[in-house]
Amino acid sequence: MDSNSSSPRVGVFVCHCGSNIAGTVDVEKVAQEISKMEGVAYAGTYIYMCSDPGQKLMRETIEKEKLDRVVVAACSPTLHEKTFQINSKNAGLNPYQCEIANIREHCSWVHEDNKKATEKAIKITKSIVEKVKEDKSLTDIEVPITKKAIVIGGGVSGIQAALDIANGGYKTYLIEKDSSIGGKMAKLSETFPTLDCSQCILTPKMVEASNHPNIELMTYSEVESVSGYVGNFKVKIKKKPTSVNWDLCTGCGDCYNKCPAKVPSEFQEGLSKRAAIYIPFPQAVPNKPVIDRENCLYYQKGICKICEKVCKIGAIDFDMKEDIVEIDTGAIVVATGYREYPLENLTEYGGGKYPNVISGLKFERLLSASGPTGGQIIRPSDGKSVKDIVFVQCAGSRDIEEHKPYCSKICCMYTAKHAMLFKHKVHDGNAYVFYIDVRTAGKDYEEFYYRTTEEDHALYTRGKVSKIFEDGEKVVVWGVDTLTGKKVEIKADLAVLAMAIEPSVGIKELQQKLKISIDENGFLKEAHPKLRPVESMTSGIFFAGAAQGPKDIPESVSQAGAAASKVLSMFSSNMLHKEPLICEIDEDVCSGCGVCIALCPYKALEAEITTKEGKEVKRSKLNEALCQGCGTCSSACPSGAATMRNDETKNMFKMIEVILE
Amino acid sequence: MTKANIAFYWASSCGGCEIAVLDINEKILDVIEKANILMWPVAMDTKYEDLKKMKDKSIDVCFFNGAIRTSENEELAKILREKSKILVAFGSCAHEGCIPALANLFNKKLIFDRAYKETETTMNNEDTLPQTSFMTKEGEVHIPEFYDTVKTLDQVVDVDYYLPGCPPTPNIVEDAFNKFLSGDLPPKGTVMAPVKALCDECPRKKKDKMIDTIYRVYEKEADPEKCFLDQGIICMGPATRSGCGHQCIKGNMPCTGCFGKTPEVTDQGAKMISALASVLAVEKELELDEKKVEDLISKIKDPVGTFYRYSLASSFIKRKVIK
Repeated sequence: MDSNSSSPRVGVFVCHCGSNIAGTVDVEKVAQEISKMEGVAYAGTYIYMCSDPGQKLMRETIEKEKLDRVVVAACSPTLHEKTFQINSKNAGLNPYQCEIANIREHCSWVHEDNKKATEKAIKITKSIVEKVKEDKSLTDIEVPITKKAIVIGGGVSGIQAALDIANGGYKTYLIEKDSSIGGKMAKLSETFPTLDCSQCILTPKMVEASNHPNIELMTYSEVESVSGYVGNFKVKIKKKPTSVNWDLCTGCGDCYNKCPAKVPSEFQEGLSKRAAIYIPFPQAVPNKPVIDRENCLYYQKGICKICEKVCKIGAIDFDMKEDIVEIDTGAIVVATGYREYPLENLTEYGGGKYPNVISGLKFERLLSASGPTGGQIIRPSDGKSVKDIVFVQCAGSRDIEEHKPYCSKICCMYTAKHAMLFKHKVHDGNAYVFYIDVRTAGKDYEEFYYRTTEEDHALYTRGKVSKIFEDGEKVVVWGVDTLTGKKVEIKADLAVLAMAIEPSVGIKELQQKLKISIDENGFLKEAHPKLRPVESMTSGIFFAGAAQGPKDIPESVSQAGAAASKVLSMFSSNMLHKEPLICEIDEDVCSGCGVCIALCPYKALEAEITTKEGKEVKRSKLNEALCQGCGTCSSACPSGAATMRNDETKNMFKMIEVILE
Repeated sequence: MTKANIAFYWASSCGGCEIAVLDINEKILDVIEKANILMWPVAMDTKYEDLKKMKDKSIDVCFFNGAIRTSENEELAKILREKSKILVAFGSCAHEGCIPALANLFNKKLIFDRAYKETETTMNNEDTLPQTSFMTKEGEVHIPEFYDTVKTLDQVVDVDYYLPGCPPTPNIVEDAFNKFLSGDLPPKGTVMAPVKALCDECPRKKKDKMIDTIYRVYEKEADPEKCFLDQGIICMGPATRSGCGHQCIKGNMPCTGCFGKTPEVTDQGAKMISALASVLAVEKELELDEKKVEDLISKIKDPVGTFYRYSLASSFIKRKVIK
């Protein structure tokens, strides 16, 4: 039954939510007051409206009382609006004529005074009754889907998401800004809590992604622009010039072995050098070099060209230009990962100043068998062996005043791993760890930490390090043991700072291109922290991995799988159903002034000139599929032509009026 | 055929609306052919006493211009309502308050102090101010009370139709006469002008509204081909009802909004502020700190006079609160 009748029969169902609402709000009184309103045919209460009997009560009452619209006075619409809309639909009503009056989060939870809270709950509910009376019966919008996906970021999260989508049978583009996929995980030595070698478990996945018939790897590429909407995005990808024709290149390595220009290797965290033409690491996928033009003698000084001379197949192409390709895609997974908070920001620890104060990631390269030292722990300053080592946890994390307010989550565990691996390599060495708290929530994590302290005898001191400075060959660490209250001074060979992690560089630009939100710390903001953790607020865009918040490998991989399953479930139907609660342009009112057009963040509006009865008619034309119902146009529209469906201004005034009564 | 009885009245207005009736030129003769004019202060001497003696509803259509500023305005509005079958708010003052209602930024005391004491050319050592009654040798003199707040006609009596404009343009006046005299009446409450905003009839080229800064009309010679807003000159056209024949635009001056809001809008000024705030420097939004935003906004001189020049009395806020 669809109803746009002028004499509505509204049913109001007030939920107790156990004592969540009924503990503060007199729900019976709310029902009693609401039942006096014009157009309200029924008002009743139930202890848990969302429960099966609650929903049944709703359906039966809708039928018995011949209701055509429904208000549920309960919790936030973000929680159960869908539940109740579906229930109303099952009872034969139009789901968009079912509204939620939020008397829990907006009322009972934030008030203590019973009488006043009840009055407020009545006003909230009255206002929503006024809204539902004007709500029109609407039908969902159907949008076709392009069943291809783009995954941005080729770390372990991106690789996993791409593999899962590709294995589901859909074409997936994996976009990576560096020349190889692998991300941060490729740099790690062993992984907690099982101590598998990181490369051993990652590289097979990299190869699988590269060989997968449904995956197209686009490395050394970046997202240039994004337009379109869920199911039908158009993504422009900028392929940066590699200066090497990868179709010809066999990856023999002659070029980078002969290249005379040497610069610090990013992959090795500056512990060794790489050539200007290089692959980041030997297991790179694809195993093809690029020329770093900023450090190449030819590009900088016009000399050299040795790589061109040694390349037997003539793959070097100094004139290569960047290329822009446009990809049609139905879904986008953002997996752009993290970076370490810059060491230089920790001046109190001599970060960036003392060569023997290093970050956790650099220590991973020292530990790694494929690292520049072959896994030997040495001092970067002089190459001498390390006997006393200090690990400083929360370096930049949990520091509201100076650095990052949040817990970077992975550092407690990797520090435990670092200390353990150090002790495995340097049997007579001493590993000191400074911590605020040790957080080991995760499967087998606490046991791992126990091994570090009890079996490998790493010495944990509870307290924050106040200062690190150089004294001769040593770095001196000053801290306080907060359990004993004593000052602690350790003269160490090496200090490893468990740096806070933050979103990758460029996340802000990407966020603007994708029109998604970021939180106060710069991480991607999910649609709901608990119930929609891998979805953005923009439909069709999903998250995987540490770009959304600090995450370890198991979590990143499971989130990648979750994002992929969201994409796959979207691709399982041929049409998308979209909520019709979007903008509407009244053609009879729109004068074509154009104010709204530039403002629409989704580019859903365009200027159109048509001819009607021989007269030129200007107006803004809406693309329903693009519109997300944000309301920007409607608030800006100076003539009132742009309105929000079921949220029209005149209805809002009615809603406000009953609140002010 | 019996002639219709029509009346004109002026309340608080400049007199321009009275003249606007004559702007229809020789067509006034057609009107006179079909109608008796019972009252027309600018042209005829009709005494209030005679008006009061008329039977109720003996005037077929009364065109009432001017806002309600004094007790006299209000009294006449009420009498004319009783005597008229159809009461038309004629022109912006009766419709929305117009320029006289900008006095709602002040009150009676502030206005009297300024007018009778503070103006540079005034000598008033005894602080004499107008009184509603005053005893003279000849007897007691009464003058109307001056209100604190200017009101629109429909804020004091029921109004049937509205003719917008400062003043209403000849085309809409003629159209209204034709409709009333032929009995072809629109629904009660209709504003007798097109529903779309002025941009609908404006021939200027429009681009996406990306306005970096604001110019006052004297600061920049406007390109007559291009949309004023696109050039950074505030034009009320997007928020103003069309039907005026875009005369100001033709004269290379932006619309100031005299035809009032479009029917879907509640508050013309608020709508235009919202529109302008939305598009102003939208491209550079991220670069602007609070100071720069303030500088930009401060380029709008006299915001009430810009956005509420005609509609203050009929807006949400209606007047300034003076404590």
